[in-house]
Amino acid sequence: MEALRTDSKQEIHPMENLLRMDRMPHIWCPTCGIGIAVTAFTAALEKAKIDPNTVSIVSGIGCTGRVAGYVKLDSFHTTHGRPIAFATGIKVASPKTKVVVFSGDGDLIAIGGNHFIHAARRNIDMLVVCVNNFIYAMTGGQVAPTTPLAAYATTSPYGCVEPPFNIPYLADSSGAVYVARWTTLHVRRLTNSLTEALQKKGFAVVEAISPCGMYYSRINRLGDGLDMMRFYHDNVEIRHGEDTKNLDIGFQTKIICGKFVDRERPSYMERYNQWLSDVKTAGRRSGGQRGSRK
Amino acid sequence: MKANPKDVLTGIYYIDGDVASGYGALAAGCKFVAGYPITPSTEAFEAVCRRGPQVGAVFIQMEDELGSISAIVGAAWSGVKTMTITSGPGYSLMQECIGFGAMLETPFVLLNIQRGGPSTGVPTKTGQADIMQSRWGSHGDYELIALAPDSPQEMFDYTIKAFNLAEKYRCPVMIMSDECVGHMTEKVVIPEADGIEVEPRRLYTGPAEDYLPFKPEPDLVPKMAKAGDGLRLYITGLVHDERGYPVEDSAYKSKYVRRLVDKIRLNRNNIIELREEGTDDADVIVVSYGISSRVAVKGVEIAREKGIKVGTLRLVTVWPFPDDRMSELAKKARAFVVPEINYGQVVYDVARCAHGDANVVLVPHGGAGVHNPNDIADAIEMAVREEKKIEGLVEFKTRLQKSVFEGGFKLKE
Repeated sequence: MEALRTDSKQEIHPMENLLRMDRMPHIWCPTCGIGIAVTAFTAALEKAKIDPNTVSIVSGIGCTGRVAGYVKLDSFHTTHGRPIAFATGIKVASPKTKVVVFSGDGDLIAIGGNHFIHAARRNIDMLVVCVNNFIYAMTGGQVAPTTPLAAYATTSPYGCVEPPFNIPYLADSSGAVYVARWTTLHVRRLTNSLTEALQKKGFAVVEAISPCGMYYSRINRLGDGLDMMRFYHDNVEIRHGEDTKNLDIGFQTKIICGKFVDRERPSYMERYNQWLSDVKTAGRRSGGQRGSRK
Repeated sequence: MKANPKDVLTGIYYIDGDVASGYGALAAGCKFVAGYPITPSTEAFEAVCRRGPQVGAVFIQMEDELGSISAIVGAAWSGVKTMTITSGPGYSLMQECIGFGAMLETPFVLLNIQRGGPSTGVPTKTGQADIMQSRWGSHGDYELIALAPDSPQEMFDYTIKAFNLAEKYRCPVMIMSDECVGHMTEKVVIPEADGIEVEPRRLYTGPAEDYLPFKPEPDLVPKMAKAGDGLRLYITGLVHDERGYPVEDSAYKSKYVRRLVDKIRLNRNNIIELREEGTDDADVIVVSYGISSRVAVKGVEIAREKGIKVGTLRLVTVWPFPDDRMSELAKKARAFVVPEINYGQVVYDVARCAHGDANVVLVPHGGAGVHNPNDIADAIEMAVREEKKIEGLVEFKTRLQKSVFEGGFKLKE
């Protein structure tokens, strides 16, 4: 075993400059899709030709919450639900920073749902990668706001009774300028979407549907991660530009993937800087001051 | 380092404590403020929003207090001085991230204009019942610094000091003001920039490959870095080693968390600021902070007219607590009288330090108002007459308490 390790050290991992190799092995289970999403992201970072020294990656808590700690950028592993708020602080205080939030569905859409919709409304410059495995996996398989109706989880032992969020629809209607969804089977397409999203000004959301071979597929008797990948292969339909209203995911139903939204809207910093120069040059008065408003 | 003249709104003002604190933050070089409207702290946030653009400070009104405090911790790591502003329920919501900030050794300032609690309480009136929350509010072991100004001028001065302490010790600093001081309008003198001392961030300047974000300097405080400097920081709320990498073993955890605690405890003599008057030969010492210390002035005056030797000790820094000084005074004085607008919080720390050498009298107040100075005077008189040592705490029965429910609550048999 020792000899094997020494040998493998001589080979250089193609993403070594973007990964913290001294933190390997990672904590993710066999057949988990998070690693694939990370690979797609690092590849996208290279394709988009962004200087890694200018990128901050922010994660929350959960399986995907560990991503920041394995990626060799300025990495922030924050509190549960708050990576978007934390990233908002970085972006607004230091606008030259490229900010990426990489976290899970529970972290971003349940406990962090409020920050998600408000960051989209403000159109803060940031890429949000939401890995959706339909379940709280780090804590052992509890029901999530993305768990399909009737799917089992440890806290929905008789099947989930709540309808799930449709993440692209939520992002779209809150104001995101770029919205795409892929599964971790679609590595090339996911990488392309992430590359585009990284170059986009404003709030971009990429949902990456990932198998959870340890909890979601086991409690629902869906086989292992490979079976989940096979399911994606047979049941994903690519429909670019599809109305995000039609993207609900049911239990083992067809999953629609593609790029759904790609539009222009002034980003938060653009508006802020415009407003600031108005305040300074045109002498715009604050509403609280006496005198006529211009 | 002196303040940047561009940041200082030099002049003589007639403003309230909230606004003064906002101007203090800008003078200290604060460049990012995130907040959420909540009575009675809103005026401070409004002041920053109005004046921020003139001094190049960015502000954002977040969707909630959880967002506000997360945003300022993020902004602090991008290299700027940051503050958030809140009251009552908002302060409770921020607790998780206060511990997160302490764990990450992030310098930031939190202005809490205390109001009557619990829950929604009396939003427009005063209270001092968050003072223990500022000490123990977040889960886990950590130490931070809390200041209690008692006038608009002090709101300005101590907001600057709060920023300086935050930078010096790389920790969150709480300004535990209250509605009375926040809404009190008085003369505030903002000096020229060269009269204001500001602490710069302790930034690491060595080679990138040697940087360890959590390697302590001799005073136990590590040098900080910021995102975007090519250092590829790894910053996590998990217990971490000097590189910032997560560790789980109990030996390391005790060492790391011990340092978080000790960097404040061992530096306490440099941090603590007290205002003492006549304590050395006093029979009774009135210990107070914030608005209660201003009300106590009158109470002390009445007691002194009756010939009682009264000293006053004002906790400008409430946390860390001045254990040593308090124990020393307990050996000299007969009793401590502690008026606070709650049913007993800081008084327990006074009792802990007195450990039986002096009696400890609490003058409670339920909030939504301040003490009647006569109560404080009567408590002093009661304390000075008491010959024997009384174990534990004595609670003085105030006029308000007597008029509302004579005899107090009792359980029925």
